This record gives sequence, structure tokens and C-alpha cells, in this order.
Amino acid sequence: MRYYARKIGFYLVALWAAVTLNFFIPRMMPGNPVDILMAKLQQRGGTVDPSVRRSYELLLGADRSDSLARQYLSYLGNLLHGDFGVSVSSYPAKVSDVIGQSLPWTIVLIGLATLVSFVLGLVLGTLVGWKRGSWLDSIIPSTTVLAAVPYFWLALILAALLSSTLHWFPLLGGYDVSLSMGWNWSFISSAVSHGILPALTIVISSVGGWLLGMRNMMVSTAAEDYILTARAKGLRNSRIMIRYAARNAALPSVAGFATSLGFVVSGSVMTEQVFSYPGIGGRLLQAVENNDYALMQGIFLVITVAVLGANLLVDLLYGLIDPRTRASN
Amino acid sequence: MTSVIPPSSGLEDLPPGAESGAVPSPASTRRTGWRAMLPTWTPKLAIGLGLVVAIALFGLIGPVFAGNPDTIRNIGLTAPGGDHWLGTTQTGQDVLDQLTHATRGSLQIGLLVGVMATALSAVFGVIGGYVGGIVDEVFSLFSNVMLVIPGLPLVIVISGFVPADQRGSWTIALVLALTGWAAAARVLRAQTLSLRNRDYVAAARVAGEKPWRVICVEILPNLLPVLASQFVFSVIAAILSEAGLSFLGLGASNSSTLGTMLYFAQNGFALQRAAWWWFVPPGLIIAAFGCGLALINLSLDEIINPRLRRPGRKRVGRATSGSSRNHAVRSTVA
Repeated sequence: MRYYARKIGFYLVALWAAVTLNFFIPRMMPGNPVDILMAKLQQRGGTVDPSVRRSYELLLGADRSDSLARQYLSYLGNLLHGDFGVSVSSYPAKVSDVIGQSLPWTIVLIGLATLVSFVLGLVLGTLVGWKRGSWLDSIIPSTTVLAAVPYFWLALILAALLSSTLHWFPLLGGYDVSLSMGWNWSFISSAVSHGILPALTIVISSVGGWLLGMRNMMVSTAAEDYILTARAKGLRNSRIMIRYAARNAALPSVAGFATSLGFVVSGSVMTEQVFSYPGIGGRLLQAVENNDYALMQGIFLVITVAVLGANLLVDLLYGLIDPRTRASN
Repeated sequence: MTSVIPPSSGLEDLPPGAESGAVPSPASTRRTGWRAMLPTWTPKLAIGLGLVVAIALFGLIGPVFAGNPDTIRNIGLTAPGGDHWLGTTQTGQDVLDQLTHATRGSLQIGLLVGVMATALSAVFGVIGGYVGGIVDEVFSLFSNVMLVIPGLPLVIVISGFVPADQRGSWTIALVLALTGWAAAARVLRAQTLSLRNRDYVAAARVAGEKPWRVICVEILPNLLPVLASQFVFSVIAAILSEAGLSFLGLGASNSSTLGTMLYFAQNGFALQRAAWWWFVPPGLIIAAFGCGLALINLSLDEIINPRLRRPGRKRVGRATSGSSRNHAVRSTVA
């Protein structure tokens, strides 16, 4: 129980830290974001009545009349009500609505791609580690090279090859824009075909890390006594490999999965930029380009909350599958 | 200050990480003193050093011989040929000239961030781990929090708030260092925790040495291999993140790096126009440099964890078969 309490407590602190960072970043930076925002709003025909200005000052901190502590409290209050303000770049939509539209794209694309690369890495790592010294081991050096290649560059090359030259996949976007969005076959198939190439690039660039970690754990697990015992009992080789060795060797990878989730989100920003994918990472960049500070902050918070939540989930699950972690903490 | 402990006492000790179930290595391969701090000469290390030195020279000396990378010529996008070895960009700028300057820019940022991030991780990891108690609790909580907050979105938000004309390479380096030290601090803390309970450290403390002196003289020298490995790793990470940031158009406004080259290539539709000479070389240099540093890092790992060393011609046999466990843990952390 203490283990779970500690974990949950830690993530609450992390969440508070993220929210506080979000509060202080615009206040520490030079320039006055609220003035830029108001000018933009007026260009787009928004009404700049004092209440709108007031709510942005609360979000972005240009109001010098209130003390910092009071600003902080009202900012927290706004967040609790789910009030992130109004997006300037897609005025008059609310920030929460804009985020709601783009979040599912990212979750499906990045989530599936990450899962595929994780599972693929574990399976390949199991095989390579079990047959150590065979020709399979020659995969290992290439993983070092892959890890050093900038992800977006790899994506650019693959897009140039598979999309521009070979025309296997559509190059840009999340779906064919001539179709209307909905649960019909033509839309879904278009969305799937647009998602394959971005997903492929994510899998290719991240599978190497999982493979290497799993392979190294398999090698050391294979030397354990209980593997020898299993062999002596005359169990089938495949059974020893999967039920005895791989099950134990996978534990550190599962723990690593949690820490990798943050990097996955970073990858999503790049992916969505290269492929103009309509997800949350692409939105974040659009927000930056358009000085849409409210949207920027809202997206940063949502991404952080998602990463923290996923981390917490993996941590709690890890406590379940490996009781030793609970004991040592 | 009475020197009860000879200053070199820490150096003769096996590097940290060696103590747990150390495999008795043959006396002939065991090296002592400063030589133990140097990686063994392997093909891996040779290739790694070769790549890194070649690219560093290219970035250091290249700009001297290269022409002005901003010269605009009336020839548009041309393929590689006699006059322009790597072709030109859309506005007729020589790609090779740009590449030399961009490589220098990327290396500068990488080094800058590497130094700052390593210093930060040493402060939070080593001091926290050594002092212990509430300081350690706070420091390690802080690094764990920084570790779970997704880095790139945070960097994007920070860069988004800094006006473009004030976004110099120092700003970018500072932001990257501030968001990139946490993982290293965790490793350093773990190493410091194991070091601080060694007899000679305890002896120094009992002899009344001041904490900062114990840290600088007894602990830090033993952490050198780890620090070097963390430094190399943060240089790789910095060059990659800077490239990503510049590619997104959020990089430093006053510098040209490999990332900005890729940004202009993407914006000039180099991809759609199949101008491979424009977008392939910058990525290749990043990849080769990162790969070289990674190979050097693998060799450094062998000092940190002697059990990773290959037993050489004499086969130690089964005793080393469990050797890669620490490595696996390290690579999942990294």
C-alpha cells in the first residue's frame, strides 16, 4: 500500500510542478504576450472587451496590478474549471475544443505505433538474445546507427522514397480531405492509409532500443540456474525461451516503457510536422507560429497530464507484475 | 589541512560498479592508476574516434576553406558537379559551404549543452547523493519530476514565448541544458551512493575533511568515467534536439546548424523536387557524429562496468556470461 501511495504522491507533485512551470514560463519571458494576443484577436474580428483581456491576463500574467500569489490562485481556479481560454488561431473555438479534436488522431497513431514497436522489439530481442552468436546478432550494430539518426530526417527520407518516388502511400495529412469525417468505410480506409507511413517511421526509429535492451536481458537471463533446471527437466526449447527466460527478461523493458512515453510524445510532434498530420503535436507548432499562447499552454498541459497518467499506470502495473519493486521501495 | 589519505588513494580503487560480484579478471589485463580511466583500444573505439575527429575537423577547418555560405547565385537548384561538389540550394547557395558552417554551429551547441547539462547533473546527482537526508530527497524528487515532464513540448513552449530576435544560440543551449540533465543526475546519484560508503571516503570524513573536499578529491575522480559517458551522451542528445528544434523553425535565430539546413531544405520543397544533395548530407553528418559518439560511449561503458570487458584471448568461460545485465539496465534508462 505504501508503494502505491508513494507513487501517486510523486505523480501529484510532478503534475503540480508542470502546472506551476506553465504558470511561470510566460511570466519570466521578455515581451508581453497579452498585447500580441489582443492585436491578433482584433485582426480576426474578435471583440476585445475587458473581460476577455482580463481572462488572458490571468492565463499569461501581464496583469501587474495583482500580486503573483493571487494570480497563481486564480490561474489554478481557471484550470480546475477546464478553462484554458479561447484559441486565437482558430477563433472563436475554445482551446479545450481544439485539443479535443486533435487528440484522438495522436492517441491512435502514436499509441498504436509505440505498442507495435515495443512488442516487435521484445519479440525480436527474445529471438536474437536466445540465439546469441548466430547471424541474428549482426542486427545489433545497426541499432546503434539507427539510434543516432535524427528521427525527422529518417521520416523525410522514407517519405521521399516510399511516397514521392514509389507512390505507395499518401504523403501528407491524416485523411483525404474531400471525404467527410465519420464512421464510414471510405473515410476510415483513407485514414488508415494515411497513417501507415507515419507509423512505420516511428516503429523503425524506436524498435532498435527495445530490441537491444531485451536482447541483453535475454543473454543474462539465459545463464540463470532456473533455465538450466528447465533444460534438465527436458522441457521444449520454445517453452523455456518464452515461459522461463523471456517472461523474466521483459521486466526491465516494461519499466523502461514508462520512461519512454515522454519521448514518444516528442516523437509525435516531429511526426506530425513532417507528415502534416492533424494531431496534437502539429497543433502545438501551429499555435507557436501564430502566437496562440493559450492554445500552446493548454496543449502542453494536456500532453504532460497524458504522459504522467500513462507513467503512473505503467508504474502501478509494474508493482503488480514484479512484487520485488514494492518490497524495495 | 592534514592529508591523512594519500590523494591518489581513490584512483587505485576499482571504478564504481565493479564491486558487485566482480569477476576476478586475469592479472595481466588489470590496469591501475590513471590507465584504468582510459578505454581499451578496440575497433569500436577506433571507428568511433575516427568518425568524431573527422567531423570535428570538418566543422573546425572546413569554414576556413569554404566560400561564403550565403552567396546567392543565379543558377537555382543544381545537382552536384565540378563547381559545386554538393550542388546548390534553390537560391544557388553552395551546399558544401553551408554544410561546413552548419557542422560548426551544431558542434558548438552540442558542446555548450554537454558542458552545462553535465555540470547540472553533477550538482544535483553528486551533492544530493553525498549529503543525503532531506537534500537528497528534494534533489532526487526534482530530477525525477524533470524526467517525467516531456522535454520537447516544454522546450517548444519555452522557445515559443521567447521572441525570435532574442532567441540566440545561448538561449537555446540553456533551454536544452535545463531540460536535459535529469537522467544523468539519476545515474550519478546511484554511483555516488555506492561510493560514499567506501572505507576511504568514510576515513576522509572521520579525519575531518570538509564535505566539498571529500566530494572533489575522493568522489569526483572516481566518477570521471561516468561523467565522461554522461557528457558524451548529452552531446548526442543536444545535437539531436537542436536539430529537431531548428527543423521546427524554433532554433537560434543567429546561428546556422545542420537543423536549420534541414529546415530550409524542407521549406524549399527539396523533398518534392528530389534534391537529395540538399537534405541527405546534413542528416548523414548528424547520424555519423551521433554514431561515433555512441561507439565511444560503449567503450567508456567498459570502464564503468569492467564486467562488460571482453575476456580477450583467454576465455574466462561461464563466469562472464552474466556480464551484460548492467548494460541492459543502462540502455533502457538511456
